[in-house]
Amino acid sequence: MAILDSKIPSGPIEKKWEKHKFESKLINPANRRKYTVIVVGSGLAGGAAAATLGEQGYNVKCFCYQDSPRRAHSIAAQGGINAAKNYPNDGDSVYRLFYDTVKGGDFRAREANVYRLAEVSSAIIDQCTALGVPFAREYGGLLANRSFGGAQVSRTFYARGQTGQQLLLGAYSALSRQIAAGTVKMFPRSEMLDLVVVDGHAKGIIVRNMITGKIEAHAADTVVLATGGYGNVFYLSTNAKGCNVTAAWRAHKKGAFFANPCYTQIHPTCIPVHGDFQSKLTLMSESLRNDGRVWVPKKKEDCGKHPSEIPEADRDYYLERKYPSFGNLAPRDISSRAAKEACDDGRGVGSTRQSVYLDFADAISRLGENTIRERYGNLFDMYHKITAEDAYKVPMRIFPAVHYTMGGLWVDYNLMSNLPGLHVAGEANFSDHGANRLGASALMQGLSDGYFVLPSTISNYLATQPREASQKVTVDHPEFKKAVAEVEARTNLLLSIKGKRSVDSFHRELGLLLWENCGMARSEESLKKALAQIPVIRDEFWKNVNVLGSANDLNQSLEMAGRVADFLEFAELMCLDALQREESCGGHFRVEHQFPDGEAKRDDEKFAHVAAWEHNTEDVSKSVRHVEPLNYENVHLAVRSYK
Amino acid sequence: MSDTINLTLKVWRQPNASTPGKFVEYPAKNIPTDCSFLEMLDIVNETLVAQNIEPVAFDHDCREGICGMCSLVINGVAHGPEKATTTCQLHMRHFKDGDTVYVEPWRAVAFPLIKDLVVDRTAFERIQQAGGYISARNGSAPDSNSVPIPKQNADCAMDAAACIGCGACVAACPNSSAMLFVSAKVSHLALLPQGQPERTRRAVKMVKTMDAEGFGNCTNYYECEAVCPAEIKSSFISMLNREYVFAAAREAVSEI
Repeated sequence: MAILDSKIPSGPIEKKWEKHKFESKLINPANRRKYTVIVVGSGLAGGAAAATLGEQGYNVKCFCYQDSPRRAHSIAAQGGINAAKNYPNDGDSVYRLFYDTVKGGDFRAREANVYRLAEVSSAIIDQCTALGVPFAREYGGLLANRSFGGAQVSRTFYARGQTGQQLLLGAYSALSRQIAAGTVKMFPRSEMLDLVVVDGHAKGIIVRNMITGKIEAHAADTVVLATGGYGNVFYLSTNAKGCNVTAAWRAHKKGAFFANPCYTQIHPTCIPVHGDFQSKLTLMSESLRNDGRVWVPKKKEDCGKHPSEIPEADRDYYLERKYPSFGNLAPRDISSRAAKEACDDGRGVGSTRQSVYLDFADAISRLGENTIRERYGNLFDMYHKITAEDAYKVPMRIFPAVHYTMGGLWVDYNLMSNLPGLHVAGEANFSDHGANRLGASALMQGLSDGYFVLPSTISNYLATQPREASQKVTVDHPEFKKAVAEVEARTNLLLSIKGKRSVDSFHRELGLLLWENCGMARSEESLKKALAQIPVIRDEFWKNVNVLGSANDLNQSLEMAGRVADFLEFAELMCLDALQREESCGGHFRVEHQFPDGEAKRDDEKFAHVAAWEHNTEDVSKSVRHVEPLNYENVHLAVRSYK
Repeated sequence: MSDTINLTLKVWRQPNASTPGKFVEYPAKNIPTDCSFLEMLDIVNETLVAQNIEPVAFDHDCREGICGMCSLVINGVAHGPEKATTTCQLHMRHFKDGDTVYVEPWRAVAFPLIKDLVVDRTAFERIQQAGGYISARNGSAPDSNSVPIPKQNADCAMDAAACIGCGACVAACPNSSAMLFVSAKVSHLALLPQGQPERTRRAVKMVKTMDAEGFGNCTNYYECEAVCPAEIKSSFISMLNREYVFAAAREAVSEI
C-alpha cells in the first residue's frame, strides 16, 4: 500500500542502518541554522533530540507542559536501560538483543527498526556515561549489570532505582548547554493544542501558554512529537498526572495515522489500588523480580492469613511453576496475566484480594538485608511510604497496573509519520516494541530515537524543504490563523458549559470502563459494551462538565478538561482496534483467542501486520484501518514460549 | 478501607503575583488516611468545584516523589512533617483527626508566585544552563569502561545526582539560599573524571548565576538538609565552598 511505505532500506539487516545513513541527504553545517525544528516534549526522546539537533546547528524550539524539561515522566523510570555491551560476557550480542526484543514484542514489531535499536544501544550507554550519568559500578570501577524480564543475559545498566531520572538529567544537562548556547529555545509550561498542516506538510504547532493563557502559533520546517504515551486514558496508571494523548490525537486528527492503539502494557509489579480517592498507581521496578519471588496461597482459605502463617508447602510460586526457565523474570504481559488469573481464581491476597505477594525472604537470607537494601533500598522506602508496611519483614503486595503504551503514531524507518514533516519519537510512536515492551527497553528506545536516529534522519526531510526565509511558511499563513481561532473557540466552549460534574469525575468514569472492558483481558462482548458507552460519556461531558476559572491565566481544570475531551475520543479508537484485532498477542489478550492452558494465541496468517488508523472527521467509529504487513526475514515467527 | 479523618485547611490563595494573597479556610472532610496529601487536595478541590469555587492551583506531576514538581509548605515545613518525603508521598496517616493544616507556596524572592500555591522556579534552569553539564558531543563518546571509576566515587556522585530540583532547600532556608541545589550539581560532576575539564568554570559560573538570581547566602542553618526529600547532604555545600575557592582563585589569575 503506497500510503504506508515503511521505507525500510534494502540489504541485509546488519547493513541497513549504515546504508541508510549513507544514502540520507545531508545539510551543510552552515545551512543548518536556517532550518527550524520544533520538538514537543522534553523527556528522553524529546530532550535528547532537541539537545542533539541544537548541537548539530539547527534552530530548535522545545516545548513541555511542566515547569522544567527535567520533570518529563521519563524521570520516573526506575530499573534500567538495556544495551548489547556484553560486558558480563554471558553471550549477549546485538543480534540477541534484537531477537529478544522482537520475541518479547510477540512478533508484532518491525524487524529493521528493532535491529537498529539494538545496534545503537551500546553507543547510548557511552554517550550517557560521557554526560556524567552515574551508572552503578563494581569495585573495580567498571559498569555493573543486572537482568530484566524476557532475557537470560545481564544486559541492563542502572543507576540505583533511579535510572530514568539519571538518564533524563543527562539529556537535560545536554539540553541546558544548548539553551545557553542559544541553539535551543525552551518553552516550559506550554501545552501543544494543535498541529498546523500547510500543503500536506506539518509546519507548526499551536500552544497554550499555561501561565498567561495566551494561544500562540509557532512555525517550523519540521515538527517532532515526543509526547509520551496514552496510558492515562485508563485514569489510573503509573503515568504522571499530566501525561496525555492530546498532542498525538491532534496530529491524528490532522492526518497522521494512529498505529496499534490497542497495545497497552499492564505492568505486573505495582502497588495495589487501595481506595476510590486514588489518583495514580505506583510502579515497583521490575528489577525487584531479580530477587523477589511471586506467590499466592495454594488454598483460597489461606488468603486472609498473615503470610508468615502460610507454610512453604501451601504457597504457589506460580511464575516459577508455569515458566521454569524464566521464572519470576517472565515478560510483563505474561506475569500480569498470571497475577490476574490467580486473583480471578480467588487466591489474591490483601484486604481487596486483588494482589499477590512479592517475597524477598529467600534473597534476604541468602544475601543479607544489606545487599537487598543496597540494590532496592529506595524502592522499599517508597513502598513503605505508600503502604506503611516494611517489605524487609513482610512480603510486598503487588498487582498489575497500566504502565506503557506500545501503540502510537505510525512512523516509517525515518521516524516520520505518513504526514510529511511530522516526526514522532519515543513512546509516542509505535515502532519498536510490537505488542509488548520488555523491561529496560523504553529508556533505550527513547534515547536511541533522540540521540541517534532522528539526528540522522531529519536532515533527509529538511533537505527537501526550502532553505531561504522568503520561501518558508510563517505564522501569518491562513492555516495558522485558522488553527489559533479553532483552539480559542474550543477553550471558550469548555469554559462556557458550566454543568454539574467535575472534569475528574468524567475521567474516572472513562478509566474504569476501559479497565474493565479493554484492560488485561478483552472480549468481543466487553469491547462492544465499551464502544457503546464511550460516546454516551462523551456526550454528557460536552453538556455537563463544569470547568471553572478563566482562559487567561493558570487554569489546571481547563488543562485537564482539554485532555479528558481528547481521551474520550481516543478511547473509542483504542477499543475499535482491540475489537478488530481478532487474536491475542503481547499486551492485547482476547479471551476468545487462547490455548487450553490460557496462553495467548496469535494469528500470524491474518494479523502479522500493523493496524494504522486514518481519522474520520465526522465519526471516530468510522475511522479507516490501514495495514502495514510485517515481514520477518530474520526472526522466525514462533509461539512465544518462556517455559 | 482505611480510616478517615477531618481536617481544617488554611490554604494560601492568591490570583497572581500583583494581587495580595490570603489564607482561606476550607474543611477537608472524610479524608482516608491512606491517601496522599495531594489526593487530599484533590478531594477538597472536588468539593470546591461542586460549590462553583475555583479549585486551588498547585504544582504536581509524577506523584511518586521523583519529578520534583510538587512544592508545598505544610504547617511551616517544606514538603511537610515526614523526613525525606515529597508532598506527593506524604500520606494522611501522619495527621490526626481535627488537625488544622496550613498550606503555603514556596516563599523566596527568586521564586516569584504564579498563582495560589504555584511558583516560578525557572531561576534553577538558568543556574543549570550556566554550567551544570559536561560538554560531550553526541557520537564522540569513548567506551564506558575505558575509564574505570572507583565505586565509592560513582556512589558519592550518585548521592549528589539524586537531587530532584524541587526547591525545598530554598523554601526552607531563612536566607532563601540555593546552595544545597547548586552544590549537588557541582559535586556530582566534580566527582567524576568526565567532569574534570570544566570543573573550575562550572563552579564559578553556577555560583555567579545563583547570586545574580537573588538567592541568599548560606549561613549554615542546615534547614535545607532537614527538608530535602532526596536526602542531599550539607557536606556537599562544604565541597562546593572548596570548589569555589579554588575556582575563584584561578579565575582571579585568568586561568579559566
